[in-house]
Formats: sequence, structure tokens, C-alpha cells
Amino acid sequence: MAVKMSYSDAINDAIRLAMRKDESVILIGEDVAGGAEVDHLQDQGAWGGVFGVTKGIVEEFGRDRVIDTPIAESGYMGAAVSAAATGLRPISELMFNDFIGSCLDEVMNQAAKFHYMFGGKAKVPLTIRTIDGAGFNAAAQHSQSLYALFTHIPGLKVVVPSNPYDMKGLLLNAIFDDDPVIVFEDKTLYGMKGEVGEGFYTIPFGKAEITRAGKDLTIVGIGKQVHTAMKAADQLAKKGFEAEVIDPRTLSPLDEDTIINSVKKTGRLIIVDEAYPRCSAATDIAAIVGDKAFDYLDAPIKRVTAPHAPVPFSPPLEKLYMPSPEKILAAFSVMVGDKVFSAV
Amino acid sequence: MQTETQASAKDMTVDTARWIYTKMQEIRQFETAVHDIFAKGEIPGFVHLYAGEEAVAVGVCAHLTDNDSITSTHRGHGHCIAKGCDLNGMMAEIFGRATGLCKGKGGSMHIADVSKGMLGANGIVGAGLPLAIGAGLTAKVKKTNDVAVCFFGDGASNHGTFHEAVNMAAIWKLPVIFVCENNGFGEASTFDYAAAADRISDFAKVYKISGETVDGKDLAAVYEAAGKAVERARNGEGPTILECLTYRDFGHFEGDTQSYKDKDMQQKAVTDDDAILRYQQFVKEHKILSEEDIREIDDQVKAAIEEAIRFSEESPFPGEGEVTTDVYVSY
Ligand SMILES: Cc1ncc(C[n+]2csc(CCOP(=O)(O)OP(=O)(O)O)c2C)c(N)n1
Ligand SMILES: [Mg+2]
Repeated sequence: MAVKMSYSDAINDAIRLAMRKDESVILIGEDVAGGAEVDHLQDQGAWGGVFGVTKGIVEEFGRDRVIDTPIAESGYMGAAVSAAATGLRPISELMFNDFIGSCLDEVMNQAAKFHYMFGGKAKVPLTIRTIDGAGFNAAAQHSQSLYALFTHIPGLKVVVPSNPYDMKGLLLNAIFDDDPVIVFEDKTLYGMKGEVGEGFYTIPFGKAEITRAGKDLTIVGIGKQVHTAMKAADQLAKKGFEAEVIDPRTLSPLDEDTIINSVKKTGRLIIVDEAYPRCSAATDIAAIVGDKAFDYLDAPIKRVTAPHAPVPFSPPLEKLYMPSPEKILAAFSVMVGDKVFSAV
Repeated sequence: MQTETQASAKDMTVDTARWIYTKMQEIRQFETAVHDIFAKGEIPGFVHLYAGEEAVAVGVCAHLTDNDSITSTHRGHGHCIAKGCDLNGMMAEIFGRATGLCKGKGGSMHIADVSKGMLGANGIVGAGLPLAIGAGLTAKVKKTNDVAVCFFGDGASNHGTFHEAVNMAAIWKLPVIFVCENNGFGEASTFDYAAAADRISDFAKVYKISGETVDGKDLAAVYEAAGKAVERARNGEGPTILECLTYRDFGHFEGDTQSYKDKDMQQKAVTDDDAILRYQQFVKEHKILSEEDIREIDDQVKAAIEEAIRFSEESPFPGEGEVTTDVYVSY
């Protein structure tokens, strides 16, 4: 049975299911409930996170398991890491991924390395939920998409759900995975509605989804850019080109096979990623395909990404900054060298 | 603002008193206007308003010149105005226009004017603390006699950067004033819940520097305490923690339902305890400014804010090329 729910509600649902299933699951972060120790709230939450995603969870599970922290990211993230290593299964919320500057050590040098450094004898079943994405005019320090930073680091798993169904299944998989996992919630997708499976289900990591089949071109979209890729594919179809669109769903592990098999069929690859282009997921995928499927390529691989610049505040600038179906079509027209087509 | 300062607020000159009232009104009217325009959906992004806390920014910046630096927070409009940022340029920035102080590239949370010693509003809580001691270090190394002021919230005092910065300022005797705007909340969490300490100024004792807590709704109290702290800093006597107890009139950000606030406390903050009303009483009581002076300034500020809005609405958006300029100084 499927139910229709928003991306935001899918997260809320997954967290509740996990907390009901396993008492060692806790939710910790800044204002994940809000209003701690405020008399008149009588232990109701005030916010449920800055976008209300975790609303109602404190009412169900209480403040022992839904923990509001001071503004002290290195403090509570470090605590979540070692709580994970000592028997809890924490879901630690880093409000915006841009705040990772305040707790990178805990994630990069502690969580990511315990298992390896300790010869496989420790585990850190930690899930970090964090908000990313441009498109809300939230400017340079609240709009970044920093998943590549974490993909770079061995020991971390990186999840970039693009829709409510995937979000729920991937988040549940993250919570019950024994490695540290960081799940990116694109703030512009919170309101997106979609079919979500009822009850408990998980989606395994490292399994890409082919969201549209095609033979002329492969487009890999990262996170919400899958939707930009789908729009471009619709427009390409009107011109007689069938694009195959792939949502990798997790960047670490990465489902290389699905991407490579698609490129073997289509001979062309565009990667759409709203993150910075240097040392990015897009660049990484391009390198992997260049390495492993070079002989099958009919054209250079193209990346449609943000420019190498911070996210601008002003709405028209932010719009220009982002990938768009038009930019994807322009890249494709270069690839096929088609003068007629380049008129689009 | 100026270098002429009096130890006792009631002895301030008419010019100082007028400047202070003007700045307080500018902040209040600016923020009220932004609140209204945001509600109409005409301002993009996240906005955090400073209304209610005017006495802190203005009482402190009254002792600073353009050569002194301040660091600010996400709630930065008040600091910008008190430090002399242009109202048109500020409003245009919030509107995302090319004529904004940051060409529309920064927005509300990143307004800056380095030429005025305003080192930027900041989207990262706690970030301003180490930045302020850097400005203090410059003053010390260059022997300029300038000071740096760090405005930060009660919530930010729980961040590690607070302790790192205060300790370093203390051991190096830097000319830095740490001004904590304790408005009782960090987002939807109370200060009482999130901080173990009763008073932020208590940390001064541990770090062996000066520290004081004042009524941050009382301009005179902030003005006097800040005056002493700035003087000590200029005299090479090191840093101070100045904690100002205040209240934010609006929500954490525009759109916040504020269910965590106590209704009576909110009511008192915007009536009896209102910083602007209290300052009006103060200047009248000490016969520094008259009711007519006050009304005249109110009207001037009203016109200035209207002009800032008109200027912003009529300003163009930044051109396409601006997306990739200013990433580096040289390419
Ligand atoms: C490092 C970091 N963590 C969290 C946030 C989200 N955030 C923005 S403002 C704020 C509350 C700040 O409280 P306080 O320092 O008391 O300042 P106030 O809002 O009361 O002026 C929080 C948690 C942030 N911007 N940066
Ligand atoms: Mg506060």
C-alpha cells in the first residue's frame, strides 16, 4: 500500500518508525523539538526543527530521546559519534550542511575513521541529517550542497534522496546501517508530494534508480537535479532524442554499474549537479566513466553544474547560478554538434 | 560615531543624544518596514530582525569611530545602522539589488561595509567571535589605538568559538569588547535551558578580564558600561565581556510562530520596557532633548526609511556577469 506524503513527512515518518522499532534510536540537534523547559509548553515541542520536519516527534517519544542541544555543533556531534560507538543509534541533525565548519573534525576524523583505525573493532551507527540546496535565496552560507566533501572521505556513506519514497527508505536504511551515514535533505524538496510505501521499508545503498529509459543520452542528476534532468529529457523527446535519466540516490557507495551500463548503450553522458564543479560528484562520475567506459563514448562527457562561485543571494543571480533544462539542452547540442538542434 | 564621550550618560552632549536617538529610531523603523514588506512576500530569503535591542548596538557604537571594527550576527541590521552603514544601500541589499552594499550578492544575513569598520552580518553563529579578535590583533600589531567589538548572542556563548576567542583576547590583552546580546533565546530554546551559566559576564572572572551585566533595554546603562570598556581597550588594558540583557520584539526569523515566548514578557518588552520609550524619557528627564526634538527626528527617520524603500524598489537587479565576479581578487 502506498500513501501520498511530502518529502518532509516522509522523513518524520521514517524517524518515528525507527524510534518505535529500536529504543536505542535517539534524535539530537538544535531545536529538533524546541521550547525545552518552557513551562507553558508543558513539554510540547515549539518548532520540530527549523522547517518543522521533526514536528510531533518529541510528543511521542519524550525529551529523553528527542534532545535539543545548545548551539554547539562540535559538542553534540562529537557526543553523537561516541554515543553511537557505545550503544546508541543516534540521528544527529546538523541544521544546515553549511554549518559543518563547526563540527567537521567529529565527522571526518572521528566518525569516519573509528572502524578502520581500530582495526574493525568499533562501529559508529550514526545518521547525520542535514539540509542542503540552493533555490531559497538563503545566500552563500545557507545554500550550499556539500555532499562531495563527505563523498571524498572514506568511512562515510552519503545519501542524496530526490523524492519522498526514496527519502523514507534510504533514511531508514541509514538509521539501521552500522556505519556513519550523512543524509542530505534538499530544502526546496520538503513540500514535494509523492507516493511513499506504508510502514517500514528500506532502500539499499549503492543502487541507482533509472527514472526514465532512453537510448540517445544518459543524464545523471544528483539530488533534486534529477528533476531538472527529467524536464530536459521531456524537451529532448520532443526533438526526437530519448534520454535515459539516472538518480544515483547514494554517492557513497556509488552504483557505477548502472551508470556505466547506460553509457555503454547511449554513448553520451551529461551529469547535472548544483554543487560547485571542482572536485565534485559530477567531476567524480565523469572521471569514473572516462576511465571505465571511454571506448563507448561518442562525445565528450558534459557537466552541467553551478559555476565555481559561492551561491549568490539576489533571486535573478541565484536562478542563473543553478542548472536548468536549457543548460542541459545547450550541453547536448554541443555534444551532438547539431546546428539545427543548437537553435533550442 | 565620535570620540567625544562622557562617563555619565546624563552628561552627554545634545549632538550625541540626537545621534543616539536617530540611530535607535532608524533601526526600529527600518526593521518594522522590513517586517511589513517581508510579510507581503517582497523580500527574499531569511530575515532576522533586531527591533527591541536598539539600545545595545547604539549604546556601544556611540563610542566607536569608522576605524574601529565590529563583527556581527545573523541579526545584523541594527549593528550595521549603528556603525553608520548607508540605509539605502542596506535596504537595497535586502531587496537583492545591484545598488546594495554587497551588490545584492549577500542579502540580509551578510550586509557589510568594511569602509565603516562593519565586518559583516554573519550566517554562522559564533563566527564573529574569533573574527573580532583578529581585528583586535591588527590594532595591537599596528599600534593604532583602534578597538574591535564583537556582538554575539546568548546562544552563541555556548559555542566553542566564544571560549577560544575570549581566552586568546585575554592572554594577548587585545583591545576587544565582547558584547553579548542576551535576549533570552537562541531560536526556540531559552537561555536558561541552553546555558549552564547564570550570567555570560561571569566568564570574565575565569579568564581574568573585566566583565559586567547591564540592563540592555536601558541606553544609558549600555552607553556608560561600553564607554568604560572601550576606554580600557584603547588604554591597552585588554578585553571586556559586556552582557546586555535584552529582548527581541519579533520572532527568531520572520515567519516564526514564537510559541515558546511568554506572553506577559513579550508585552512588557514592547511597552514599559521598550528601549526607545525609555530613552525618550531619559533625554526629556535630563533635559537633553525636548519632545519637539524627538518628533522632528521621528519624522526625519520616517522620510529616510521611505526613501530607502523607494530607492531599493527602483534599483535594478545585478547583471548576469555578477554571478562569477568577486570570487577572487585576482584571476
Ligand atoms: C554554526 C551555526 N549553528 C546554528 C545556526 C542556526 N542559528 C541561526 S541563529 C541561531 C540562534 C542564535 O541565538 P543567539 O546567539 O542567542 O542570537 P539571537 O538569534 O538570539 O540574536 C541559530 C541556532 C547557525 N546559523 N550557525
Ligand atoms: Mg539570543
